[in-house]
Amino acid sequence: MAIQFTLNGKPQTVDVNPSMPLLWVLRDTLGMTGTKFGCGISLCGACTVHIDGDATRSCITPISSVAGKKVTTIEGLSPDRSHPVQRAWIEVDVPQCGYCQSGQIMTTAALLAKNGQPTDAEIDDALKGNICRCGTYQRIREAVHLAAKLAGATAKKSARLEREEPIEQALSAGEAQAGGAL
Amino acid sequence: MSAGPILKVGRRGFLKTGAAGAAGLVVGFYLPGRFEALAASPAGAAPASLNAWMLISPDDTVKIMIDKSEMGQGILTALCMIAAEELDCDWKKIRTEFAPAAKEYFNPAFGMQGTGGSSSVRSSWDPLRKAGAAARDMLLQAAATKWGVEKSACRAENGVIFHDATKRKLTYGSVAQAASKLPVPADVPLKDPKQYRIVGKGMKRLDTPDKVNGRAEFGLDVRRPGMLYAVVMRCPVFGGKVASFDATKAKAVPGVKNVIEIPQGIAVVAENTWTAMQGRRALDVKWDEGPNAGVSSESISKLFADRTMQPGVEARKEGDAAAALSGATQKLEAVYEAPYLAHATMEPLNCTADVRADRVDVWAPTQFQTVAQATSAKICGLQPEAAFIHTTYLGGGFGRKAGVDFIMEAVEISKAIGAPVKLTWSREDDTQHDFYRPASYARMSGAIGADGRPVAWTTRIACPSIMEAWFPGSTKNNLDPTSVEGVANLPYSIPNILVDYIRTEPGIPVGFWRSVGSSQNGFFSECFMDELATAAKKDPYEFRRHLLDKSPRHLAVLELAAKKARWDSPLPAGHYRGIAVLFAFESYAAQVIEISVDRKAKTLKVHRVVCAVDVGQVVNPTTIVAQSESAVVYGLSSALYGNITIDGGRVKESSFNNYPVLRLNEMPAVEVHIVPSTEKPTGAGELSVPPVVPALCNAIFAATGKRIRRMPIRPEDLA
Repeated sequence: MAIQFTLNGKPQTVDVNPSMPLLWVLRDTLGMTGTKFGCGISLCGACTVHIDGDATRSCITPISSVAGKKVTTIEGLSPDRSHPVQRAWIEVDVPQCGYCQSGQIMTTAALLAKNGQPTDAEIDDALKGNICRCGTYQRIREAVHLAAKLAGATAKKSARLEREEPIEQALSAGEAQAGGAL
Repeated sequence: MSAGPILKVGRRGFLKTGAAGAAGLVVGFYLPGRFEALAASPAGAAPASLNAWMLISPDDTVKIMIDKSEMGQGILTALCMIAAEELDCDWKKIRTEFAPAAKEYFNPAFGMQGTGGSSSVRSSWDPLRKAGAAARDMLLQAAATKWGVEKSACRAENGVIFHDATKRKLTYGSVAQAASKLPVPADVPLKDPKQYRIVGKGMKRLDTPDKVNGRAEFGLDVRRPGMLYAVVMRCPVFGGKVASFDATKAKAVPGVKNVIEIPQGIAVVAENTWTAMQGRRALDVKWDEGPNAGVSSESISKLFADRTMQPGVEARKEGDAAAALSGATQKLEAVYEAPYLAHATMEPLNCTADVRADRVDVWAPTQFQTVAQATSAKICGLQPEAAFIHTTYLGGGFGRKAGVDFIMEAVEISKAIGAPVKLTWSREDDTQHDFYRPASYARMSGAIGADGRPVAWTTRIACPSIMEAWFPGSTKNNLDPTSVEGVANLPYSIPNILVDYIRTEPGIPVGFWRSVGSSQNGFFSECFMDELATAAKKDPYEFRRHLLDKSPRHLAVLELAAKKARWDSPLPAGHYRGIAVLFAFESYAAQVIEISVDRKAKTLKVHRVVCAVDVGQVVNPTTIVAQSESAVVYGLSSALYGNITIDGGRVKESSFNNYPVLRLNEMPAVEVHIVPSTEKPTGAGELSVPPVVPALCNAIFAATGKRIRRMPIRPEDLA
């Protein structure tokens, strides 16, 4: 059965079993392997994508339920690692093995889209569903705050506000934080 | 590439150079191994072909071959730093490639190519520095010859060679081909650590950019033309096998291509992973459960308890512990227990294999290339050289991916169906068919003398042997060093010590789990040490400190952790702390953990973990910090949740719901302090796991007055 949806801004049609989870359609049918398989039962968050902007576990999302919707994966977050969350992740050097990080980044991007200045408690709440076995949690928290700052700076810049905080300044603030951990 | 001149580097290996096909300088290193039977070429023979460690190309890029598996520990970046330091190349021009399975990449720590035991930096430190220094020297010579000047009048910086007197310069790439024709220089002096501009500096990981946009290729991401997808149903009982099976329903699932029996179970092959999983659900298999069907966690604990009533093989004996104990006025006895643990890497096990008539290609997140190569070749009836192991990024390893069970399965399936196949383990497969951290049981006793110092210490351990499971016949008298590490190397000045071991095999597969024996023995020894401190009415930090007179590096990390945690200052009301210090993998770690306990709710909050580590010369401090943070999370997960329960010879837990791990909302503040050192570099990947459990349990004792002697911590332990 042909199912149509929007994938990373482009129309996409797949002809698969309608019960097949989006995760496996992405990975096996479409060859987009940035979205990861971790548990298959929505416990670990490695498979997180955005569906109409909401962070969603693709491992338990039947492809039929995606028809007509907008799906964004890690590959579609930005063409050049320029999304504030990606920039913050690079700046704080978050990943270790990196396997869970697509899910961590997608969850964070969805959080920041709705809440530009999350508190630690709000970050805990949004990201406690994303397991990292390497234990990068401390850096994730730091990077979420930095991403919020970068996103704010970008938003201000695009709004052409006069008293914007230059991105470089926010980046070096992040660097100082990262350095402070040493 | 053609083989060039050979330079012998000490007794242990050879530096070699050769001209690359694309006209550049290749520097390789050849290291004879110890486990010759598994090797691809005859023992001691000079290599037939050169495997490069670094390749300097005319376009000025420097490719570093990564002979260790990158599983999150940051080794890719560390190896590049070591090489780049002596080579003086441009850090931005560095490229990397994972090395193939080949004897030239044997890890001297094992005599095989593999990653583990926190051995990567310490085993690569000398050869990579020498290779870098030799290459740099040859590039300098090539430039000097071209200019007609003395080499000593030239200098190299950031990938450029300068002749300051004439203000001339040449890039490495422009002289790489000329350099490749020069003889390998002998004894190129290595830098004084004071000259380091890369080593010891906090460098950003080279693999981060590809890990924020989904580009990094893990084993599970490999795709090959014409590839099919497989899952395997294995006997849930360890040691069991297929009695009979009916594939009718499985084959009826649309998209299922094959259902075949392999030695490990029944494989379902389909056009995608999900369909293969659907096919597996429809399988009807009858199992011959074998001799372990009656084994349970309770029966294992009882077996250990019974076995430790008799003496074992001595792992350490000093003085006469029995006499000292019988003569002492203040004696303590305790039994400690640790359960089996699964590794639970984020990336479930997987392997892609393509078996052809004359070769087998394997793409896998493996920690053990030599064994992967040998076993893959053997299954296919090929010579090891015909097995090509393509190592991908590993989505976590922690010792699990040193096993080659998943590789063997994929090779069996591809061989049987005659097509490339990707085998995926589900999370449930991963949890229930691990090589587990061994369960262990320890009887501890100790005595305090009249002066308040311990006069005797004994530990008797019963647990399965990892070394005998993996390398049969490798231990002497069934004394497995990994079963007693973390207690046999007790650093304290105690005159009478006896540690003995009774190898006990309940039939559950065991393997190397991050920090191996120290993961449980550190719990036993450092908690019992706390018990002795309490018996002696001493502060647990001061008690340890006064007994470390012969262990200065232990003492240094202990003092650093205590100082940074302000051990001498009061804590906020309701907060308590515990301390522990341990040696593991040539390195030293101490931790102070600060907690609060809600005894009514039987819950615990970990507020702060202060780590002090001594890993010798630091290569990348950023990585040391990251690995310490990582180890704290790994240790806390085991303390709070880690429990593999055996029932009916099988594992009850299946996924993150019943085998939970630490989540972000439970993450304490972790700070890491590094002891400055010019000792040889060691390793940090496992080091900071062992102190977590004892420091935490000692903190809980401070809060509740109750000793925890069995992992994991249960709600009733906090009441």
